[in-house]
Amino acid sequence: MRLLVNKIFLTLSVLSALIGLAFLGWILITLFIKGLGSFHFNLFLNDLINDGLRNLIVGQFILAGLASAIGIPLGMAAGIYIQEYGKGRYASLIRDLSDIMMSAPSIVIGAFVYAVIVVPTGGTSGFAGAIALAIMMIPVVINTTDNMLSLVPVELREAGIALGASKYRVIIDIIIKAAKVGIMTGILLAFARIIGETAPLLFTSETSNYFSLDLTESFPSLTVSIYDLANEPEESSRDLAWAASFILTILVLGINLTGRFITRHKE
Amino acid sequence: MPIMNIKKFSFTYPGVEHPSLRNITLPIEKNKITALIGPSGCGKSTLLRAMNRIHDIYPGNKYDGKIELLDIKTGNKNNILDIKKENEFIELRQKVGMIFQKPTPFPMSIFDNVAYGLKITGLKNKTELKDRVEKALKDAALWKEIQDRLSKSAMGLSGGQQQRLCIARAVAVKPEVLLFDEPTSALDPISTGAIEELLVELKKDISIAIVTHNMQQASRISDFTAFMYLGDLIEYNKTENIFLNPKEKRTEDYITGRFG
Repeated sequence: MRLLVNKIFLTLSVLSALIGLAFLGWILITLFIKGLGSFHFNLFLNDLINDGLRNLIVGQFILAGLASAIGIPLGMAAGIYIQEYGKGRYASLIRDLSDIMMSAPSIVIGAFVYAVIVVPTGGTSGFAGAIALAIMMIPVVINTTDNMLSLVPVELREAGIALGASKYRVIIDIIIKAAKVGIMTGILLAFARIIGETAPLLFTSETSNYFSLDLTESFPSLTVSIYDLANEPEESSRDLAWAASFILTILVLGINLTGRFITRHKE
Repeated sequence: MPIMNIKKFSFTYPGVEHPSLRNITLPIEKNKITALIGPSGCGKSTLLRAMNRIHDIYPGNKYDGKIELLDIKTGNKNNILDIKKENEFIELRQKVGMIFQKPTPFPMSIFDNVAYGLKITGLKNKTELKDRVEKALKDAALWKEIQDRLSKSAMGLSGGQQQRLCIARAVAVKPEVLLFDEPTSALDPISTGAIEELLVELKKDISIAIVTHNMQQASRISDFTAFMYLGDLIEYNKTENIFLNPKEKRTEDYITGRFG
């Protein structure tokens, strides 16, 4: 009887895993077929106005890069604070808030930034988009930093203190170093997450057909352009959307795999 | 002559009503090894951790009595329980170092591990740094094994080597007292033997207090032994007296293995 239950349970688990994988495979295969069909190396050389994707890819990286420049230091500082300094109610409040923020729908964050930045500044801008992405990123970085620091054995902290190091030196020189790989992986995964986001950018940075480095104007974004192109009536636009989706998927996949590779390689 | 004098010392952990240590009076003799023995939970580690105030990483502890530390230069005795400022704590911990049960190599190279404490004290001169690191590694009987891989990560050393590295790191800053909290309980017999020899060697320059569960270890290496039980100091004497001729019944019961 127990053996039978065991077998049924195993079959069910395998079946659900297969169903999940099947859909994932389906998505990937469709993406590969459609994406590769419209993929051309010239896409990297031309801007969207000339039916290329160059400005969008560069723009997306600038947005995500700027978001990281804002989000990583803030998130790490907050993570260090709640793990190392904040004991008691204030720290756990920040931790809870960060957890809530992590599960906030991205479109809500987009709407929030629209209300507090886009409307007062009178228009969509690269800055607004980067800030929306940074807001997406901060709770993930806080969470990673917090968790990874908590894994550093308490003896290591005590050993540093016992050697006559001050608390902040122990944190900077020893604790963060010990947690470095974990934190880096977490940051990389957070980056992979925001680089594929559309909703926070939809009405903050919007997108642009032209190459631009001016963050005070609407800013080229790969994801928002995919959304726009997919809604166009022309076949050629939709093909371009497929190619863009394909490139985006490869990018995100690559970053994710790098993250995993680092973790495995280091441990 | 004692380098530390614990006088009527009581200690209470935060959020606890009853003290974990009661009215302990105990000298730590200069250039001798003092062993603290007793069953688990008797307070020996708690006492040891009070001697460089490492307890204070976690706030809310209550201290009573005195722990005096001899200032070798001036001959003054300072009560370390009066310390409140961060820089005084740092000074105390540079004088009174600590080695833990589990080896605690920092995630950096072997050289940087030993140099860490020195860099904190502000030593920047590269050649002096190198000399001090080499001296410390030699003092910790580790130099021969690792001299050709100083730039390699310390995490790759064996457990016994890691522990000797931690000792080298502590020795490098020239402490006056070293506190050992069961330093060999995670090591194999050969590494344990090496560390025991090292301790006996080190007491020429440094006064040592060691917490140990291993009675043979206490009898082998220590000059004085304190037996503690349930937060009280039951008996303190020369090690041979404690082991051969204990005055208290509880001491005798413990060292003969009747409880504990």
